Parts: sequence; structure tokens; C-alpha cells
Amino acid sequence: MPAHSPEQLNEDVLRPLVHTTWRFYLTAGILGSIVLAALAAFIYQVYSGLGVSGLDRPVFWGFYITNFVFWIGISHAGTLISAILRLTNAPWRRPVTRCAEAITVFALVIGGMFPIIHLGRPYLFFWLFPYPSERGIWPNFHSPLLWDAFAISTYLTGSSIFLFLPTIPDFALLRDKASGWRRKLYRALSLGWTGTPRQWHRLEMAMRIMAVVILPVAVSVHTIVSWDFAMAPVPMWHSTVFGPYFVAGAIFSGIAALIIAMAFLRKAFHLEQYLTPFHFDKLGKLLLLMSLVWAYFIIAERLTVWYGNESPEMAVYWSTQQGRFTHLFWFMVFCNLVIPFAILSIKHFRFSIAGPVIASTTVVIGMWIERFLIIVPPLERKYLPYSWGTYHPTWVEITITAGTFAAMALLYMIFSKLVPIISVWEMKLGWQQEAEASRPVASEAQLPHMIPGADLPAPGN
Amino acid sequence: MARQWGMVIDLDRCTGCEACVVACHAENNIATVGEDQAARGRAMHWIRVERYWEGNFPEVRVTYRPVLCQQCGDAPCESVCPTYASYHNPEGLNAQIYNRCIGTRYCGNACPYNVRFFNFFNPVWDKPLNLQLNPDVSVRSVGIMEKCTFCIQRIKVAEFRAQAEKRPLKDEEFNPACVQSCPPTAMVFGDLDNPQSEVSRLARSNRATRLLEEVGTAPNVIYLRSVS
Repeated sequence: MPAHSPEQLNEDVLRPLVHTTWRFYLTAGILGSIVLAALAAFIYQVYSGLGVSGLDRPVFWGFYITNFVFWIGISHAGTLISAILRLTNAPWRRPVTRCAEAITVFALVIGGMFPIIHLGRPYLFFWLFPYPSERGIWPNFHSPLLWDAFAISTYLTGSSIFLFLPTIPDFALLRDKASGWRRKLYRALSLGWTGTPRQWHRLEMAMRIMAVVILPVAVSVHTIVSWDFAMAPVPMWHSTVFGPYFVAGAIFSGIAALIIAMAFLRKAFHLEQYLTPFHFDKLGKLLLLMSLVWAYFIIAERLTVWYGNESPEMAVYWSTQQGRFTHLFWFMVFCNLVIPFAILSIKHFRFSIAGPVIASTTVVIGMWIERFLIIVPPLERKYLPYSWGTYHPTWVEITITAGTFAAMALLYMIFSKLVPIISVWEMKLGWQQEAEASRPVASEAQLPHMIPGADLPAPGN
Repeated sequence: MARQWGMVIDLDRCTGCEACVVACHAENNIATVGEDQAARGRAMHWIRVERYWEGNFPEVRVTYRPVLCQQCGDAPCESVCPTYASYHNPEGLNAQIYNRCIGTRYCGNACPYNVRFFNFFNPVWDKPLNLQLNPDVSVRSVGIMEKCTFCIQRIKVAEFRAQAEKRPLKDEEFNPACVQSCPPTAMVFGDLDNPQSEVSRLARSNRATRLLEEVGTAPNVIYLRSVS
């Protein structure tokens, strides 16, 4: 990486916070109207009943639960990837972690809404939580849905802290630079940060603890999401492979989402100097690896079902291999394996920004289809052929689905206007460490340190 | 006294007349959803008569299987419900408590028999049909699950009457609506734990089978069928 000056970094990264172009407002307006349309569709659904969706008996879960699993999967972009990169102290993580961690929080907020959107009586969702109520009963701790409620609220809390902690020094920097309402906002958010050695030490400890704690939480969250399906005696749901299969799929789609977000940020905020082809190459390699892992899982799942040849499972199996879902199934394989493999296994394409972005786009589409194919075909072909059914989504479900994609983009855009999307102090710290490492006595660079402490200039100087 | 309510359905006697279906609708205030909704798979029949053809035309043999909630001893619907709307009552019934239901529909997915029904819209009864609703059964609203209860309202009435008269409940003192209305008496209801009852005698028949027993649900509905 070329040498940078801290002043240039401040200028480049903080500029988007104060300078907003007409393109931003136009995009926000378009996205906002899609979100409003989705909100209207949801209100219409609550008013009329879930009958306005395409759900029926026996397909009681459709687009909404697909979106739920999809967004919870996307949320693994941030925290998990960022925690791994922090723990392994990968130096190239520095410009990447903030935008990854933000994806996590927003994707979780959006994903967490779907179990409520899909309820028959959404206004009673809080009955899932254990609190001393006038009804005098606890929720059922045997239910995977309850595990979900706990897992997702834990993960949301953890990843919000994980996003917030390393932002504190940047908030302090902004507080010192900003004026007006921004100054007030950042003063509150910086929690009295002055950059004393004591504060740096505490921040370092807190981030180390969070990075270790968030990993098992992230793995358990998507395992529990998979258990919503794997615990039920439904053909091709009731499978032990689902836990790791879902976690791998989540990381896979998470990396793809991160690559897309980074490419947009790079273009929109002119961060070419910081989010370089080098980063896209690294993440592209990770994406390729996860694509192969994903392929391994789908082969492991399907081969054992086919070889075992149990009739209820085979009914589902054939509906995706030689039935109405065949085209969708092979399109998914094309998106998740063929395209990423073709593009990302070639170094030249990996280093171009377009290559990883195209592969990531197909992966995001493919992983959405994957969740749909996990959820719907087994419900359509559940045991007794007399009560088999079909599922066709309606405009209500499609609008709400589109609305959440728009909401994700909108939340991310607003976030990028309030918080530096690249962690300023971590970048500066990285350069400082590089400078130290290039000195003749380089032993200090071997130390597993993240923040040296007092020797760092206080933010804002 | 602990009981285990159960039912025996003799498939060799069933004629597929669907009197049970009609009786069930009348007894339990089950809404008819109309042609369009039924075509979309949203019809609600707590008991249905599944019809199967065996052989090729013209040598076709039609067989029927009335399928209702199997009142499983180990019910997948109960463990997955986060709010205990679906729960196991002390008499071995899979009770459905409508007021607790928030409509996750997880029970409907977990049920291998597809005998749980969701109210996709608020039920409506055209006048004057609203006057024939059974006052002993609550009318369900939009957004919740419902299913066969073994006519728990009749069970409760019989139990209270026996209690008031200070006598034990007699076998076959009452029947669910489907059993009561079955013209060829293919259905028998009673206490499976009482070895003297008709239902437990029939359940010991060598023609006895249980539907999808391999799923491990331990159903309390027993089908009698001669193996040819």
C-alpha cells in the first residue's frame, strides 16, 4: 500500500459526512418510496389477514421466512468476518471492518422483523419473551422459535456493541471537528472519549473480549435458525447437516454482501485509495473458498438423501431435481458455484473490481433461492400425497421483500452519512505500525497487539 | 382419573360418505372459506376423507381414509409452539388454546398429517347461518391455528354431568360429532386406557395400524384394515 497522510485520510473519509450530492437525495427518495410501499403492503396484510399472501396449507411458510433466513445470513458478513480478521490480526482488515460490522447490524434488524411480519397476529409478538405477564405462563422453552428470539436479540445486542466500540474514537474525532447539531450528537456518542492511555487500554480490552465472544454467538445464531427447520419432522428439513450448512451459507452470502457494499462505497465516496483491488482479491478468495464449502454441503445433503432413498424424502428430492423446482435448483447452482468459480479462480478477474462484484451479485441471488428451496419444496411434498400443495407468492410478499432490500440500502446510506465508513483511527494506527515494522528492530511488530496505547496521537490532533 | 382418549376407524367399513366432515363443520363452527380460497388450499376440514384409487381402469378399487388430528402421544406440533397454544392436556389430548396462538404456523409445518388449519381471513357466516353456530365452541378469529379437538366440549359436558351425578364416566356415554354421525359405524371413540372399553378392544385387533407411525408421533387414532 502506498503511504498516506493522516490529513488526507481525514479529508477523504470525513468528506461524505458533510457533502451530500443530489444523487444521494434522489437514491434515498427512490429507496424510501419502495420502503413506504412495503410498509403499506404490510399494513394491508395486517388489516386483511395473512390470506393476502400466497401462503396456504400445507405451505405455511414462504417468502417471509426465506427473507428471514436470508437476512440473518447476510448479517454474518460483518461481525463474524470482522471478528476473525481482528483476531488473526490481518492487517488488510482495517478499511473493511466498519462497513462489514454495519451490514451486520442492519441486516439483523431487517431479518429480525420477518418473524413478526409473518405472524398471524403480529401485534402479539412480545408473547415470545419471558416476562411476568397477566397471562401467568412462560413461553415454551422447547420451541426453536423461542431459541431464535433469544439468539437474535443476543446477536443484535452483541453486534451493535461490536460496531459501536471501535467507533468511539472516531466519534471523538468528529466531535472535535464538527459544529452545530453534529457536535452535540457526536459528543453524546463519543462517551467522553479523550484518548487517555487508560481509555485506549479499556477499549482494547473490550474489543478483544467482544471479538472472542461474538464468534460463538454468530455461529450459534445461524445454527439455531437452521434448527427452526431441522427440529421439525419434515422430509429434508430433519437433517443433522443443517447447522453447519446454514452457517457456511451465511458466511458465504455475508462475504458477497460485503463485497457489493464495498464496491458501492468505493464508487460513491471516492475511496479508491483505501478500498483497493487488493481487498477485493482477498475477499474474492474467501468467497471462492466458501463457494466450494457450500457445494460440499449441498452434495453431502443431497447425496445422502438420494442414496438413503426414503420415500417421503424422495418426493421432496425429485420435486427439486425433476419437478417444478428443477430450473430454480440448477439456476442456484449456476449462481452459487459456476459463476463464482469461473470468475474468482482467475487472478486477473479477482483483481478487477467488476469480477468479484458480479460473482457476489449472483451469490446473493443464489443464496436467496437456496433458502427458498430449503423451505418451500419440503412443505409442498410433506408425507401424505393427498394433502400436497403448491405455493405462489403474491404482490404483497414481493413488495415487502423488495422493501427490505431498499430498507437495507437506505439504512446503510444514512449510516454512511453519520459515521465514517472507514475506521479512521484504525487506519492511522495501521500506518504507524507499518512504519514501526519497517525499522531495523522489528520485534515489536510480531507482538499480537491491536492498540499500543499511549503512543498514539489523540484523535482530532 | 387419568384417561387416554382415542379413536378407532375401521377402514373396511368406511364408505367415504363424508357425513363425519359435515357433522364436524356443524359441531365445531368451522368456517367454509369459499371456492376461491379452497382452490388455493385454504379449506378447513378438521376431518377429511382421503380417497385413493388402487389398480388400473377398469379394475379400480377405491379406498377411503378419514384423516383427523391423530392426537399424538408425542406430538411434533406441541414442542415447536412458542406460546403453549398447542399443548398436551392431562387426558392425552393435543389441546389448542386459541387465545394463546400468535400465528407462527410452526405447528402446521411440524404436523406430518397436515391436519392443522390456519385462519387466513376472519371467518364469516352469511345470515341466517350465523344463528346456527354452536354456543359451546368458540369462533376463531383471523391469524390463529385451529384443529380437531376430539369435540372437547362434549367431553367436558359428559365429565361435569358424571361428576354432578357422583358416578364414574361410562364408556360411550357420549361421542364426538364425527363418530356420532358415521352411518356404517366405522368410528369408535373412548378411553384407550380402560381395557374394557370398546375402543381399546378394537385397538388390540390384528387389523390395527397407525398412520405414519414411523415418524414417531405415537398417534391415538387407530385404523383397522384387513391386509389382503
